[in-house]
Formats: sequence, C-alpha cells, structure tokens
Amino acid sequence: MTLQNAILELADDNLILGHRVSEWCGHAPILEEDLAMPNMSLDMIGTARTLYAYAAHLENKGQTEDDMAYLRGEREYLNCLLVERPNGDFATTMLRQLYFAAFMEPYWQAALNSTDDVVRGVAGKAAKEMAYHIRHAGEWVIRLGDGTDESAQRMKTAVTDLAPYVDELFQSSAAAQAAEDAGILPVRADMRAAWDKTINHIFGLAMLNTQEDTFAQTGGRQGLHGEGLGHILAMMQSIARAHPGAVW
Amino acid sequence: MTNATPNTPLWEVFIRPRNGLAHKHVGSLHAADEVLALDAARDVYTRRAEGTSIWVVPSNAITASDPDHAAETFEPTADKIYRHPTFYEIPDEVGHM
Repeated sequence: MTLQNAILELADDNLILGHRVSEWCGHAPILEEDLAMPNMSLDMIGTARTLYAYAAHLENKGQTEDDMAYLRGEREYLNCLLVERPNGDFATTMLRQLYFAAFMEPYWQAALNSTDDVVRGVAGKAAKEMAYHIRHAGEWVIRLGDGTDESAQRMKTAVTDLAPYVDELFQSSAAAQAAEDAGILPVRADMRAAWDKTINHIFGLAMLNTQEDTFAQTGGRQGLHGEGLGHILAMMQSIARAHPGAVW
Repeated sequence: MTNATPNTPLWEVFIRPRNGLAHKHVGSLHAADEVLALDAARDVYTRRAEGTSIWVVPSNAITASDPDHAAETFEPTADKIYRHPTFYEIPDEVGHM
C-alpha cells in the first residue's frame, strides 16, 4: 500500500503537470510552440500512464490506469503543489517546467539503479524526455530573462511566484521514504545539488537571481492542494464520471 | 517584401532520415535564433521518428534559381537522354547497382 502511494505521487506529478501544459494547446504564442508544448505534455502523460497502471496493479483490485486518473478525488491526489500552479503567462509556464524537469532528470537517472523493474523501465525513457524539457524550457528562460524589459520583468515575477513551491520537490513523504529505504526510488533530497547546478547555470545566462528566504508551501503529498487542482480534476474527470466505463 | 515577424525569422529545415542518406528539405518554421530553430524543428518535424539529424538554415541565406529563367535553366537537358543511366546497357559483371 505504501509503495502504491509513492508511485501515485510520481504519477500524479506527471499527469497534473502534463494536463497543465496541455492547456496551452491552441493558445501558444507561436505555432512552433503550439506543437512543442503538447509534445512535452504527452511525455509526462505517457510516464503517468505507466505509473498508474503499476499503481493499479499494486492495489490488486482489478483497477486500471483510468480508475487511478479519473476516479480519485482531490484529497486522494498526491502531486506536489508546483505542478498544479496555474499556467500564468508563458514565462511562468516555462519556469515551472524547468523547475520540474531539473528535478526529475537527475531523479530518473538515479532511478535507473532501482531495485524495481517498472521504475527502471520508466526511468530510462523519462530521463531522456526530462533532459529535453530542461533544454527547451531553459532556452526560453534564458531568452526571456535576458530579453526585453517586459520579458525580464515577467521572468522575475515568475521566479517570485513559484519560489514557495520549490522545496516540496525535495521532501519525501512517509510512503516515498519507505520506497527510498527499500532502494525502489531515489532519495528526493539527494537531487538538490543537481537541481541547483542546472538552475544556477541557466539563471546566470538569464540574468536572474534565485529567490532566497521564501516560506515553503507544502501539503500536496498529504492531499492538501490549492484551489487550482479541483478545477483541473473537474475538467479532466467530468466525462469519465458522467459516462462510467466509457471507452474510445 | 515586409517581414511579418521581424524578431522570428524564417528557417528552412532539413532532416536526415537515416545514417547514409542525405539531409532532405522537409519544411520551414519561424524561430528567434538557431538554437530555438533546432528545438522547434525537432518538435515540429520529428514527432514520428523521422530523423537522426537536423539542419536549420536561415531562409534568407538561400539563393534560389529564378523561375523566370526556368526555360533556359532546365529545358536544354530535355533532349539529352544519353545522360540518363538507363540509356546504357549495364554489363552483367558490374553486378547490383
């Protein structure tokens, strides 16, 4: 049961951020980015699917990945708060993506040594995807941070707005800690050095400063979310709940 | 001609489908610079595993033949069929070509 929760945390992070990024589809600032963002979204949703299927398997009650995604309520979702933050402007979305990918890339790299076959399988694919997300989001953070007066201001605002949601990435719930002790998942806190290195490098080029002394918002891993998640789930789950068991 | 997007110039995209084949023109896109152009080319033109290598070239760096000169440029080759490899009998000893 606890391993299932640890897997669900990872799956929820990827599904919710994948959904958030997908909200840009049809609204991106340029056509090229309108393809790039759904690409990133599908990377994350793909990762979530495999992890949900595994979580359903672990529960062993005949459930499917869809049950995990569509039939759990807000308080049962275990994603960190960063991934449910509203898209805001393009600067905020790119910075949020950079923060998440800069954490997940070393995390999946470390997970290649997991004792768990499914986790290792996901890690091999996801590490490459996250490396690209760092590159793509990072290039935009650099250009916006070191761009026009307005783009630089928007980037600085994004840094301030997202600062409270960074620390939760490095914190392990009891479920995650048990999986970490068993060698199934990497220790979240161990990713800090790699994350700092990536962010400091990009911020240096982007003429941005990291925000120090911020009060960290947490609670996502206990199912305590901001108001945004309820809206996401209402949107995402309404069809599945209105037509139980419907298939394509 | 006025440029509708002065900050995001046009780039031509070339993809090499496999090792050993040549890069082939696949289309164009807008991007602010060469790094973003490569990223955009990856996202726009390689979503179905089309490539192993990408080139991007500023569209304004390409010098094109003038369509008004098409007659003098291309038509003189029309009656020189002996330049085609099919014009010759290939000896059996050459083997597979």
